[in-house]
This record gives sequence, C-alpha cells and structure tokens, in this order.
Amino acid sequence: MDIQEIKRPENLIYQKPKSLLDTPMHYCPGCSHGVVHKLIAELVDEMGIQEKIIGVAPVGCAVFAYNYVDIDWQQAAHGRAPAVATAIKRLMPDRYVFTYQGDGDLAAIGTAETIHAANRGENITIIFINNGIYGMTGGQMAPTTLKGMITSTSPHGRQVDINGYPLNITPLLALLDGTCYVTRQAVHTVAAVRKAKKALQKGFENSMLGKGTSVIEIVSTCNSGWKMTPDASNKWMVENMFPVYPLGDLKDNG
Amino acid sequence: MAKLKGAVTVDTERCKGCDLCVVACPQDVLALSKDANSKGYNFSMAINADECTGCVTCAMVCPDACITVYRVKVEHAA
Repeated sequence: MDIQEIKRPENLIYQKPKSLLDTPMHYCPGCSHGVVHKLIAELVDEMGIQEKIIGVAPVGCAVFAYNYVDIDWQQAAHGRAPAVATAIKRLMPDRYVFTYQGDGDLAAIGTAETIHAANRGENITIIFINNGIYGMTGGQMAPTTLKGMITSTSPHGRQVDINGYPLNITPLLALLDGTCYVTRQAVHTVAAVRKAKKALQKGFENSMLGKGTSVIEIVSTCNSGWKMTPDASNKWMVENMFPVYPLGDLKDNG
Repeated sequence: MAKLKGAVTVDTERCKGCDLCVVACPQDVLALSKDANSKGYNFSMAINADECTGCVTCAMVCPDACITVYRVKVEHAA
C-alpha cells in the first residue's frame, strides 16, 4: 500500500491536539514542558472543558504557557500560583483550576503558598515540573538539585554541608490532610506519558469533586541546563533523578 | 493475518530536531535530516517509511507535537 494512500483523514490516529496553538513553543529542543503542555491540551479536548478550565502560570520557563494552550490563563507572581488559584477556585467553583509550576516556583520561592494551599485542601490541581535546576535563568542550583549535581552555581557539585539536601517536597505535601491525590510521574517514554496523562486527568477531575488538593509532580529534564542532549538527559534522569524522586502514587484517597 | 501499516507526517518547520522521536521509534523509521529548516534545525523525517506500523510512539514523546500518525489494517491473502 502506498504511503500517500495511508495518509487519509479516515486513517488519522494521532495529531496535534486542537487546544494546542500553532505558535511554536519557545522551549529548548527536547524539553519536557512541551510534552506536558501537549497532555494538558489533549485532556482539555477529550474532556471538553476548554471553556471551563483556568490555568495559573508560574514565573519560570512556563511563564508563556498562555501562548501555547488555548484556555484561560492567569499569570501569578513568582511562587504565588497556588494563592491565585485558591482565589479563582473560590470565586468560580464551577471551573477546573490548576497551577503549572516549576521547582524554582513551587519548591523555592513559593514553598509557603504551596504548603498552605495544600493544607487548606483547596480544590485545585497543582502540576509540578521538577527538573532539579533553575532552567530559565541559566541553570543555577535549585532546592531540588541532587547531591553532587553540577550546576552553574555549584560547579563542583551540590555539597550538602554547604547547600543542604535536595528538597523532596511532594512527600511533604502527601503528609498534609488537605491533599487527596499526590503522585509522581515522568514523560520520558510512551508508557510514562500515558500514565502521566491518566494522573493529570484524575487531578483535573478531583478539582471538581471537592476532595481537596491534587499534586502531580512530573520529574523532568532540562537538557540545556544539564548540558546534555535530550536523549542523554532522559537516561541521566532515569539513573540519577528516579532514585531520589521515585515514580508512583504517594497518596490516593480514591 | 492482518498487518498494521502506518505513516507519519512531520511538521518540519515546527520540529526542533531534538532527536527524541528518532530514539523512541522501535522500527527505526525516523532519522534527522541533513537539511535544516528555516530556524536551522535538522528536522526529523521518515527515511524507512515502509517499516512504520503506526504505533504512535514518536508522536507521543514529541515535545512539540510535530508528528501526525495514520494507520490502516492491511489484510494479507492467505
């Protein structure tokens, strides 16, 4: 059968989701952000919630998320996305409200907002992209940077006696009574992408069920910051990030 | 036995040549082109198009949603 004969609309099984805009994403080649944006757009299409979902964008690489996913967005001050999402959800309880934050936003400057929003059990979904580095500002050490990991501000590797330990914030959030669903996923393989999508869907659904806060951490790569190719970054993530940040559900209250 | 045959279309202008689809493809269908697109990236292209089974692996891992996948079931005469 000729290739052109296969490329017909009736044989189409996968294409760019409609809610993902044509604007080229500014992310570096191979960045995990793109995959997560795509999953959000796919879920928005599949769940038919384009008019009912509001995202809160962080400060960080994902600050321009409103250019890429065609839904309502609000951009929050650095780290304050859970506080802004709290207000949006309380004023408009019929909307799916989620925050999209990196580790610099969620686990550094926004630690207090994150923990208190989760402790209050706000009915929001927190999507946490953890790549262990400050990607946007040039690859500086983040609270989530691994022991011994080389960054532009820890050229000899993170030393715990000076810089402390990697902040494993997701299990902390799982301890709080306000959270209903806490999970850690990745998007480096097809199986992982499918699982991450299910987790995101569950998080979005929970935000309408009034059960509390859902936290979905995506362990990600920052190949520019890590100074590796995208493929080498994925392998490095599996070898070094997963032992510290193991994948799986940390809490699921049904 | 029915066999699955697939085909992929890559949006070569959107592609940033990150190579993730090339690594992910179990059939070695994709490779990076020697030519560059207008942004200077060596985009992904189907060099072994006949081997494609339409498994969607490439499209799922693509961070820029550049890949469209088609699939048909081909019935073989016994």
